[in-house]
This record gives sequence, C-alpha cells and structure tokens, in this order.
Amino acid sequence: MDVSDMDHASYLNPILQKYRHQPTHLMQILREAQECAGYIHPTAVEYLAAALQIPRTKIEGVASFYSFFYLEPRGKYRVLFSDNITDRMLGNTALMKQMCNQLWVEPDKVSEDGLVSVGMTSCTGMCDQGPALLVNNIAITRIDARRVDEICDLIRGQVPLMAWPQEYFLIEDNIRRKDLLLSDGLEPGMALAAALIRGPEGMLGELKASNLRGRGGAGFTTAIKWESCRNAPGTAHYVVCNADEGEPGTFKDRVLLASYADKVFEGMTLCGYVIGAKKGMLYLRGEYRYLLDHLESVLARRRRQNLLGEGILGTAGFDFDIEIHLGAGAYICGEESALIESLEGKRGTPRNRPPFPVTNGYLDQPTVVNNVETFASTCHIAQRGGAWYAGIGTGKSAGTKILSVSGDCERPGIYEYPFGVSVTQVLADCGAHDVQAVQVSGPSGVTVAPHEFERIIAFEDIPTAGAFMVFDRARDMFEVARNFVHFFAHESCGFCTPCRVGTSLLRNLMDKLHNGHGSPYDFSEIEKLNQLLLSMSHCGLGHTACNPVLDTIAKFRPAYERRMLHKSFSPAFDLDWSLQAARQMTGRDDSDAHLGVEQQ
Amino acid sequence: MSKTFTLDGKTVPFTDGQTIIQAAQAADVYIPHLCYHPEFKPHGSCKLCTVKVNGRQTASCTMRAAEGMVVESDIEELNAERRALTQMLFVEGNHFCPSCEKSGDCQLQATAYQLGMMTTHFDHFFPNRPLDASHEKFLLDFNRCILCSLCVRASRDVDGKNVFALAGRGIKTHLIVNAASGKLADTDFTAQDKAAHVCPVGVILPKRRGFAVPIGERTFDKQPISAYVDTRLPAKDH
Repeated sequence: MDVSDMDHASYLNPILQKYRHQPTHLMQILREAQECAGYIHPTAVEYLAAALQIPRTKIEGVASFYSFFYLEPRGKYRVLFSDNITDRMLGNTALMKQMCNQLWVEPDKVSEDGLVSVGMTSCTGMCDQGPALLVNNIAITRIDARRVDEICDLIRGQVPLMAWPQEYFLIEDNIRRKDLLLSDGLEPGMALAAALIRGPEGMLGELKASNLRGRGGAGFTTAIKWESCRNAPGTAHYVVCNADEGEPGTFKDRVLLASYADKVFEGMTLCGYVIGAKKGMLYLRGEYRYLLDHLESVLARRRRQNLLGEGILGTAGFDFDIEIHLGAGAYICGEESALIESLEGKRGTPRNRPPFPVTNGYLDQPTVVNNVETFASTCHIAQRGGAWYAGIGTGKSAGTKILSVSGDCERPGIYEYPFGVSVTQVLADCGAHDVQAVQVSGPSGVTVAPHEFERIIAFEDIPTAGAFMVFDRARDMFEVARNFVHFFAHESCGFCTPCRVGTSLLRNLMDKLHNGHGSPYDFSEIEKLNQLLLSMSHCGLGHTACNPVLDTIAKFRPAYERRMLHKSFSPAFDLDWSLQAARQMTGRDDSDAHLGVEQQ
Repeated sequence: MSKTFTLDGKTVPFTDGQTIIQAAQAADVYIPHLCYHPEFKPHGSCKLCTVKVNGRQTASCTMRAAEGMVVESDIEELNAERRALTQMLFVEGNHFCPSCEKSGDCQLQATAYQLGMMTTHFDHFFPNRPLDASHEKFLLDFNRCILCSLCVRASRDVDGKNVFALAGRGIKTHLIVNAASGKLADTDFTAQDKAAHVCPVGVILPKRRGFAVPIGERTFDKQPISAYVDTRLPAKDH
C-alpha cells in the first residue's frame, strides 16, 4: 500500500499505547512508526504531535537530528554502506559505486521508482568483518562484488528482507583472546547473590577496592560515580548503560551484548542495588538494531529467573527492571549528557555541565551512566572481591580491557588482555606485519607510530575505549586522518559554534589538500582551527576532533608535505571542477568542456 | 559582606546562583556574547562569552560565580578566539551588511566591530536558505541566522507558543517554524510576541518598515556594543 493512502492512526495507535503516550519515548515511537511506514510521514508527525501533546517542531527537530530517521521517502530498501576507514580499505567506495550503477541510482538519492536509496553512513561496528552495510537498519557484513550483485537482484525482485539469505545477517563474534570478561563460569545470578550477601555498602566497598575505572574512554573511577549518585537526593535514581558504541573501529560492546548480555544486565542490576534505583535503561546504538530481539529475550528470561522485576532473588524491596532504548544514528549520543537527552526523547545535544548526571541526569534525577564493559566488569568484582580485581592489570589500571582489532592484520576481532599489554604484543597476536601506525581508541584517540609500539594499553599510557585499527606501510595516513575529519564534521551535533563550523572548515581544508590545492598557508590554518576546537568547543567531540590531524601531522608529516603542491596560497575554488554540474547536464566530457591549464 | 571573585584583576561581587556574565554585567563589565540574553535561560552555544576560570576555559553564561574565582576575559588570547568564532558565524550564513535592514542594530555586526574583526577570513559556505515572506507582518531571512535560539526560548518560555525550533544536525542545523507547511503565516506567531523582538541579527524583521532610522544613527553607530549591553539589563540596586 502506498504510504500516502495509509491510515496512519491504525499503525500509530498501537505504538502510542505500547509507549503509554509518553513523550520521553519519542525516539522509540518514531523508530517503530518508521518501521511501519518506511519513513515518518507528515500526517504521522501531525498525529503524533496531537497524541503526545507536543509541538510538531519537537518531532521534526528530533527526527532531523538523527541519521536514521527520515521525514521524506527514502525508498522501500534503504542501503547504507559503512564508511569507516577500515571499510574504505576493504573497498566500500567501489562496491557502493557498483551498486549505484546496477540499480541506476545516484548516491543519497531515491530511485525514480521509489524502490531504493543507497548512501554512506558512519562506522557500523563491523570492522572485523567488513565491508559492511545496513539495509533498513539491519546489518549485513562481508560485502563483496558478488554479494552486491545478489543484493541488487533481491532489491529489484522486491524480495522482502526477511526472505534474504540468512548467511547475509550472520555476525561473527571473532573472539581471538579471552581473559576475565570473556571467560565462562559466571552463571546468571551468581554476582547478584554475592552482592546481596555483601549488602549495598559492602558492594560499594569492594568496588572502591577494585579501582575499577570506566571503560568508555574517559576512565572515571566507577565507585566514586556510584557513591555520588547513591548519596545524591532525588525522587528516583536511574541506571543507564551506554551501548551507543559509535567510536569508529570499536565493536567490543556488540560482542558483549551478543554473547555476554547477562553479565551486562547483571552489572546494571548490581548498580541499581547499590544506588537504590528501580529502573535501568540500555541505550543501544541504532546500528545494532538486529540485537534488539535477542536482548529483549534475555531480559524476559532474567525476569522469569527473578533476576529482574520485584523482590529480586527473594529480597524484599529490591525491585529493578531494564528497558532498551534504541538510538538512531548519532555518534554524539555516546556523550553521556547527550545520551540522556536522547533517552528523554530529545535532540542529542550535550548539556551544560555542571551539574553532572550523577546528581542531575535522566529526568533531572541522579543517574549513573556507565559503559557496557564497565557494568560487565562489576559482576566479577561482586563475585570475587575488589582486592582480587585490583591485582589484575597495572597499578593504575585494574582489570582487563577488550580491544576491537581491525585493519591490516591477519586475525581481526576481539582481544581481551589485562591492562598493561604493549602495542607490539597486540600486533603480534593479531598477525600484523609492516605496520606504519595504529589508531588506538578511534578517531578521537591517538595515532601511534612504530617508535612508540612498546607503549602499553593503560590509563597511565594509552587509554582506550577499545578501538585498535592497524595501518600497514601501503596506507596513506593523510587519507586516514581525512576520513576521520569527515566523520567528525558529519557527527558534530551543531550546538556550539566552534564545533559546528570548525569541523566543516577543517574538513574543507583537508579536502583542499586532497584536491591538490595545498600550501603551507593551509597547514597553519589547520593548526589554528585545531587549537580553536580544542579550547572553545562545548564537549569532547569538538575537543578531540582535531586529534587525528594533530597526531598525523606530528608523526607522519611527509604525508602532508606531499600535498603542499603550492609554495604560496592557492584558492580552494576550482573553476573547472565547478563546471561539473554543467558538464553533467549537457552530457559532455570532451576537452572543450574543460578549462585547460593555460585558460585558468 | 558579599562574595566576590576577580575579573581581569577587578573585584566583582556576586550573589549565590549568579553566573559569571550576570555578575560581570551587574558590575558594568562587558563580556562579548551573542546567544546570552539577561531575560532568558542561558543556552551556552555561541561560546563567545568563554572566559578563563582559574586557567580553564568555560562559557561565562553557564558557569556560576564562586568565591575567590580568578577570571580572565579581556585578554588577547581569548579575544582572538572570539574573533575567529565571529568569523565562523559570518561565513556559515549569508551576511551582507550593506543591504541588511538590521545593519547598525545587529549584534553580530557590532560584536565583530568590537572585536576588531576586519575580514571574514575563512572560506564562505554560501548556504542556500530560502526566505519566508508568508507572514503578513513579518519576514524571516534565514540567511542571517546564527542559531542562538533566542527566538526559540522567547516563544517557548515567554509566549508559551513554540513557534520556533532548531532542526537538523551539525552544519545543517537550521531554524524551523511550527506549521505543517513550514511557513510562518501558518503558525500562531504575532507581532506582539516576545519572539518577534529578540533576534540579535536580521532574521525576524517587521515588514514595510525599512531604514526608518538612517544608517549612522542606529544603536551601534552611536555606541559600541560593550557600552550598550547594560541598558538591556533590569534596573539595578534591588
């Protein structure tokens, strides 16, 4: 049925009922509405605004903020190629071109028959099995020319996604090295039972003794966070698990949620026990939509096992349950206050801080936000004690860290090590040769050059949220940095001036160098912009957006100097390039349709 | 004995809950700003009011003053960065001062003068932003929007209407109005709204009133913006 003829009330009413007409659930309502109708129809916007008693501008503001919401038709099949640098290295650009040619569609435009659109999206977290893409937000990995042909046939034949070959949707864990977290032996409920014996204060004491620090990158001490939240006054306390694993090159949370979800949920429940929360929320990135049913089934089982719900494990007054909130394509929602805004059904704009979420978080109430891996780690601390945990790793970095290894190596995948492992060791384990650089912790992290490979993964040396992307000597580190800069420009939320405009200016300058118009002038401009982003931006996105450029300039300067084709300033504006649209319209590409060098 | 902090060496008193910029304005000290307005909840997005507090940079419109803080504001390092931010706002939109009705009354223009901005420096984006002339009495020229959200806040918090909102993300962030047609004429906006009168630049303009005050005699022609800000403040000493 054509969407324009659809009776919007018929599919919107059950969704509204499911979410109890709560505007805080706007993201989930919009997602489900879109899953019914293919996009968010103007009539649906009108209907939802009335039903939720919110202005339509709020719905439009939210829908237009997230990459995976569409206020206009995007085709029955919406294909988005993952565009991390690792996907590029595996040939995603040519594969997308192949698909566009076969389907007779231009990138980012809907085919004339309204059947399909093809575009690029930020890293989808499948770097160890790329190139990857999303069709209607469902992940497909290991794309090659043959698979593109097959997908084009399926789309042209209008085969429903459900009927596509199941092997397309197979997502591998690729666990290469197991340590504490990825080991077996911790049955559901064991950590909770241990914590109940210790009591909330006892559990907090173990957490303090463990020296556990947050695994999302910033490394804040978990016990301090939990204790501050526990002590903060409020009408309710909340536990939020940040599974918005958006940092390009990171996919360890995906594996934890796919195969160790019990540990994650149990860690959240432990936190609820300690801080006195009754509600937990898992914020799952939209790219991991395929995990939703699995996670809901784990939650349902845990409720049956009395590990969630009322009177957990028979303890009167210990009530806790978990909801899953799906994101919709916005890296910025990995920032905890933006994530909370998104949970509240708003645009994912980072808040002004202080106050911090531990006192003023979800619905302005005390809230703990921790990473997936952090929560999983707390289960082991509950079971075996803080002192034992503190003995793993290094003096300043207790415990283990899961690395997501991808790029130029023989065995990409998941590697768990005690903190303190050297870059050299990881490279040897994953089978990397002739390595030029490693990007640790994604674009916002650090570019490590060979002379630094003895450095270790630890908060005191190279902290990381988990990404570990390997580049061999055939790779152009300028292009790596350029890819990252494009990523930040695309993902800037647009709230503050320096990041909104600065990331785009930085992108344009990197493109200018790429296009052969670089001069030392641009070099100094890049450095000035970097400084401004660092000092003036509202949040970590802007602060770190310059990292890949600063690092590669410092460590791989020849890659930039090759692009200093001009001694003095050369404008970015290229008259011949600007005639491209005219050439396309007239169907010409002969020499007379180009400006020769002498004519310029 | 009231609490104080120092701002560029000057002792500034404050009351609990006051932000740095509020205390500064009460003490007749100008800190450049665009999205801040004393009558509205601070937004903290333009970043022009960034100061150094004990050596760390932070927006003075959202940072509460605290006893003994050492705040630096009028220093070349910060003014150079504010200038760059102002230049960014100029190249992001389409700002043609000589043909703009708001010239001379425009806070972006006046702030640029105040900061000694001589050129726009960066490459222009030249975005395509259509006008909205649908409303009988008011015109919306989105080319000049700096996304300060003052109209959003005024409409929501004072008028109780939600006529304006921000949509899009990143460099594509833009102002929208509350109507299915997307046109101002189809909203409940009126000339009496607070939102009709808070735009610091030339986006929300009354129709059929052009250059009533000649160029040369306008607000910032007569005094720099650093002297003007105080007149907007509520009366002091109460």
